[in-house]
Amino acid sequence: MFVDNLPALIVVIPLLMAAVTALVPSRLSNLAWLMALLSTGTSFSAAWLNKSAAEGGSISYALGGWPPPWGIEFVTDGASALVTVVVSGLAFASTIYSKPLIYNEISRGDVPRVYAAWQLTVGALLGLVMTADAFNLFVFLEISALSSVTMIAMGAGRNRQALVAAYNYLVIGAVGATFYVMGVGFLYAMTGTLNMADLAERLPGVTAKAPVLVGMAFMVAGIFVKAAVFPVHMWLPAAYGYAPTAVTALLAAVATKASIYVLGRLLFTVFEGLGDVTGLLLNWVVLPVSLMAIFAGTILAIWEKDLKKLLAQSSIAQIGYITLGLGLGTTQGISAGFIHIANHALIKGGMFMAVGGLALALGKRANISNIEGLGRVMPITASALTVCGLSLIGLPLTAGFISKVYLVLAIIASEYWMIAALVLLSSALSVIYLWKIMEAIWMKPAPHGLKITENPAVYLPLWVITLLNIWLGIDASFVTTSADAAALALMTGAGS
Amino acid sequence: MMEVSTAMWVGLFAPLVVAVLIPALAVRSNWRDSAGPLGAIISFIAALTVAQDVLAGNTPELVLVTIAEGLDLSFRVTPLGAVFGCVASGLWIAAALYSTGYMRGNHEKHQTRFAVCYAVAVHAAMAIAWSGNLMVLFIFYEILTFSTYPLVTHKESQEAIRAGRLYMGILVGTSVILLLPAVIWVWMVAGTLDFTHGGVLAGKLAPEYAPWMVALFAFGVGKAALMPIHRWLPAAMVAPTPVSALLHAVAVVKAGVFTILMVMVYIFGIDFLQVTKASQWLVWLAGFTILASSVIAITKDDLKARLAYSTVSQLSYIVLGAALATSSAVEGGVIHIVMHASAKITLFFCAGAIYVGAHLTKISELDGLGPRMPLVFVAFFLGALSIIGIPPMGGSWSKFLLMMGAVEAGMSIMVAVLAISSLLNVYYLLEPVFRAFFRPVNTEIKINSPVLTVLPPVATAILSLVLFFAIGYLTPFSQMMVTP
Amino acid sequence: MLETLLLQWNYLVFIMLMMIGLFMVISRRNLVKKLIGLTIFQTALFLFYISVGKVAGGTAPIIVHGAVEGSVLYSNPLPHVLILTAIVVGVATTALGLALVLRIRDAFGSIEEDDILAMNTKDGGEK
Repeated sequence: MFVDNLPALIVVIPLLMAAVTALVPSRLSNLAWLMALLSTGTSFSAAWLNKSAAEGGSISYALGGWPPPWGIEFVTDGASALVTVVVSGLAFASTIYSKPLIYNEISRGDVPRVYAAWQLTVGALLGLVMTADAFNLFVFLEISALSSVTMIAMGAGRNRQALVAAYNYLVIGAVGATFYVMGVGFLYAMTGTLNMADLAERLPGVTAKAPVLVGMAFMVAGIFVKAAVFPVHMWLPAAYGYAPTAVTALLAAVATKASIYVLGRLLFTVFEGLGDVTGLLLNWVVLPVSLMAIFAGTILAIWEKDLKKLLAQSSIAQIGYITLGLGLGTTQGISAGFIHIANHALIKGGMFMAVGGLALALGKRANISNIEGLGRVMPITASALTVCGLSLIGLPLTAGFISKVYLVLAIIASEYWMIAALVLLSSALSVIYLWKIMEAIWMKPAPHGLKITENPAVYLPLWVITLLNIWLGIDASFVTTSADAAALALMTGAGS
Repeated sequence: MMEVSTAMWVGLFAPLVVAVLIPALAVRSNWRDSAGPLGAIISFIAALTVAQDVLAGNTPELVLVTIAEGLDLSFRVTPLGAVFGCVASGLWIAAALYSTGYMRGNHEKHQTRFAVCYAVAVHAAMAIAWSGNLMVLFIFYEILTFSTYPLVTHKESQEAIRAGRLYMGILVGTSVILLLPAVIWVWMVAGTLDFTHGGVLAGKLAPEYAPWMVALFAFGVGKAALMPIHRWLPAAMVAPTPVSALLHAVAVVKAGVFTILMVMVYIFGIDFLQVTKASQWLVWLAGFTILASSVIAITKDDLKARLAYSTVSQLSYIVLGAALATSSAVEGGVIHIVMHASAKITLFFCAGAIYVGAHLTKISELDGLGPRMPLVFVAFFLGALSIIGIPPMGGSWSKFLLMMGAVEAGMSIMVAVLAISSLLNVYYLLEPVFRAFFRPVNTEIKINSPVLTVLPPVATAILSLVLFFAIGYLTPFSQMMVTP
Repeated sequence: MLETLLLQWNYLVFIMLMMIGLFMVISRRNLVKKLIGLTIFQTALFLFYISVGKVAGGTAPIIVHGAVEGSVLYSNPLPHVLILTAIVVGVATTALGLALVLRIRDAFGSIEEDDILAMNTKDGGEK
C-alpha cells in the first residue's frame, strides 16, 4: 500500500509536516529542524524508490481515486522521476546543512516558521514536478512561490533589502503565475480538459488556432518568469542575494530547476502536436533568449563583487545552458538539458553551501575583498568551493565537463555551429569570474585576528555534494541514462 | 620485472600515490622528500617495461572506466607514447631530487603543496603519454594545466599572480575555444577519436578543410608555444626553477608538442598530410617561430628568460618536424623530444643552481664564476652543445634528421633556417659559458651550493652525451611510427 | 466585425481590466498601489474563466433541489472551482504582499519605490 501511494507521498509528507512544524514552540526550535530533516529525507527515499519502480515505463497515480482526465493525476515517467530525485535529494542535503546557518541569521523565535516554509517549498516543488494537470501545476507553483517569498523575507534580519527583494519576487512571480493560468484558461476553453496528456491529444484537433497560440504564449511566458529566463530573470539576483544563506542554497539548487522541467514538459509533451509552432517558438524565442542569458549572466558575474549575487548571476547563465539544450528540440538536446539540471543542482548547491560556510565564519556577507586568504584558515570549505568551481567551468573529470560536452555535441548534431562556438566562448569567460574568487581565497595572505573554525555540520554535507561532483564526472552513466530516459519520456508523451 | 598490465597501472598511478602520500608524510621532511624520487624510479621502471613491450610490436592497453556511452577512459601505448612516458618518468627522478635541494637551499615555503602538485602534474603527463584517444588526451591536458597553476604561482607575489592569469588565460582559452572544437570536429568527421596508425581522417575529411583543422590543433595546443601563443612561457619563469625545469623539459611543453605529433601522425596520418599539403603553412610558421624566438633570446639578460625563448624555439623544431610530414622529419621531431628534454633540463637545473648557490639571475653577472662553480658550468656547456646540435651530443641526431626531413619534403630552405638557428644558439647559449670561464675569476662572491642542485644537472648532461651513442635504442620507436 | 466584438464584450472587459492591472503594477511607484494593480490583474483573470464557463441558457452550477435529473441546464462548474482556488491564492498573495509592505515601511520609513531605491544605493542596507 505504501509503495502504491509513493507518488503522492513524495509530495504530501513535506506539506503535512510543514503544518505541524509551524506549531512548534520556539524553545523547541531544534525539533523543527529535525522534522524538516525527517520529511525531506523521507521524500528523497520515496522519490528514489518511485524512480526505480517506474524504471522503463511510467506510473500513473490518480489522486483521490478519481481517474484522469477528470481527476488530478501524478505521473512518474523518466523525466519526472529524475527531477524529483534531484530536487528531493538536494533539498535533503540543504536541510542537513542549513542548521548552523539558519540559527546564525534568523532569530530563535522564527526558526520553526522558517522550517515550515522550507518544507512547504520543497513539497510544492515536488508537486510541481509530479503533477500531470495544468491547473494543479499553477496551485503548486503559487504555493512554492509564496513560501519562498516568506523565506527570502526572513533575510531582513541581516539586510533590509531582503524585504524589497521578496516583495519584487512576489509581485513579478504573481504576474508570471497569472499569465500561466491565463494560458491554461485559453487551452481549457478550447479543449475542455486540464490533463496534460489529454491536452496533447486534443490540441492539434482544435480548429481555431488563435486562442491556442495565445494560450501557449501565455503559459510559456509565465513559466519563463518562474524559471528566471532572461530577460524576466531580474528578481533572481536580489532574491538569492539577500535571502538567508541556507535558503539561497536550497532555492538555487532546486527552485528554478523545477520550473525549467515544467517548461520542458509544456513544450514537448503538451504542445507536441503543434510541432511547427513549437519549432518556431524554440528557434526564435528559446534559443536566442538562452544565449542572451548565458552571456548576460556570465558577464554580470564577472563584474559582481558580492559573492552570493555573483553566484546568482552565474546561475542565470547556467539556466541559459539548460534552456539552450531544451531549445534545440531534439532528444539529444533535451537530454543534455536534463544532464545539466542534475549536475548544476550539485554544482551550484555546493558552491552556495561553501560560500555560506565562509560567510558563517566571517560573520558577515562574503564578497571578493573580505574572503582574501580564507583558503589558508578554512581549507576544507575553500577546497570544496574550488572543486565545485572547477566543475562549474567544466574541468574534465567533473560533472560540469560532462554537461558541457553533451550540450556541445547536441548543438553540433543540430548543426548550429555558431551557437556551439558561443557556448565554448562563454565557458572560457566563466573562468574569469571563478579565477577572481580563487585568487582571493588562495593567493592572498591569511586574515589576521580572525578566529575561524570550520563547522562540520556545514562542511560534511558540502563535501558529500563535492565528491558527487567528481564521481559523476568520472562515472556519469547514472545521470546520462536517466537524462536520456527523461528526454524520451518528454518527447513521447506524459504517460497515462 | 613486472607484467605489462601492472606496469601500466604503476606508471599511471604511482605519481598519484606519491601525491596522496606526501601530505601524510609531511611531518618528516626527509620522508616526504624521498617519496618523489622513489615514486619516480618506480614509474620509470614501469615506463621502461611498457616501452619494451611496445618494441616487441605489442600495443599495451588499459581501459579504466566508462565515463558515459562512447566515452572510455582508455589508454593505449603507441611508440611515441612509450618514448614520452619514459622521458617524463625518467627525468622526474632527476627533477624530484633537484627540487628538494633547491627548495631547501632557498628556504622556500609551501614545500608540501609544491611536491603534491608536482606529482599530480607528472601523473597527468603520463596519462597524456599513454592516452588511447583524443578525448582522454584532452581530459588530462586540462588537468595538467590546472595542476601546474599552483606551481607557477608558487611565490604568490603580484608578479606570480599576474603570470598565473596569463598562463591560465592562454592555456585554458586556447584549449576550450580551439582544441576542444577540433577534437569534436575529428569525432564528427571520422566517427572515432582513437589514435590509429596511419590516421583516421584519410577519405573522411575534405582536403580543403584539412589546413583549417591543422590550424585549430596547432593554435589550440597552447602548450606547444607556437607564436603568437607563446607568451605564457616566458611569463611562467616567475616560478621556482624546479618548476621551470619541469615545465620546460618534462611535462607541460613536451605534452604540447607530443599532442601535436600524436595528432599529426595518428589522427591525420603522415600520408594524408603529404597528399593534402595541409601543414605546409605550419612549416613556415614553425620556421618563423624558430628564428624569431632565437633573436629575442639574444636580447634577454635574465638567464631564465633567455632559456624560455630558447625553449619556444626548440619546441618549434618538433612542430616543424611534424609539419614537414616526411618520415625523417617526424623521426627527427620524436628524437628531439628526448634530446631537448635532457639538454634543457640540464640548462634549467644549472640556472637554478646558480640562483641558489650565488644568488645571481643575470647573465651579465656571471663573469668569472666558472672556476667557482665548475661542475655547474661544465654541465651547462654540455647541455648547450646538445641544443646547438654538435656531436657527440644527442641533439645533433635530431637536428640531422630534421634537416634530412626538410630536404625530403622539398623545403630545403628549412635547412637554412635550422642552420641559422644553430648559429644563433651558439651565441646566446655559449655566452654564459664564455663569461664564466674566460673572464677574470670572481673571488669575492660567496658560493653555497647544495649537492642536490649540482648533481642532477651533471647527471642529465652526461645523459645528453650518452644519448648520442644510445641513438640505436630510440630509432626503433621512431621507425615504428613512420613505417606504414 | 463590430458585431462580433460586441457579442464577446466579456473578453473586452477582461482584457481591459488585465491591462489596467498590469499597467498599475509596472508604473505605480507606491508599493500598495502595485498590489492593488496585481489584484485587479488577477480579478480580470477570474472574470475570464467564469465567463468562459457560462453555457448559454444555463443556470448557476448548483444542483437545483428536487429537479428531475437531466432537465436543468447548468453552466460548467469546473471553471468556478478553478477560480475559487485562484481566489484563495490571490488572497494569500495579497495578504503576504501587504505584510511585506508593513515590514518595508518599518525598515525604510517609506513605501514609495523611489525613496527605497535611494536609500539602498546610499547605505547598502547592511546591518
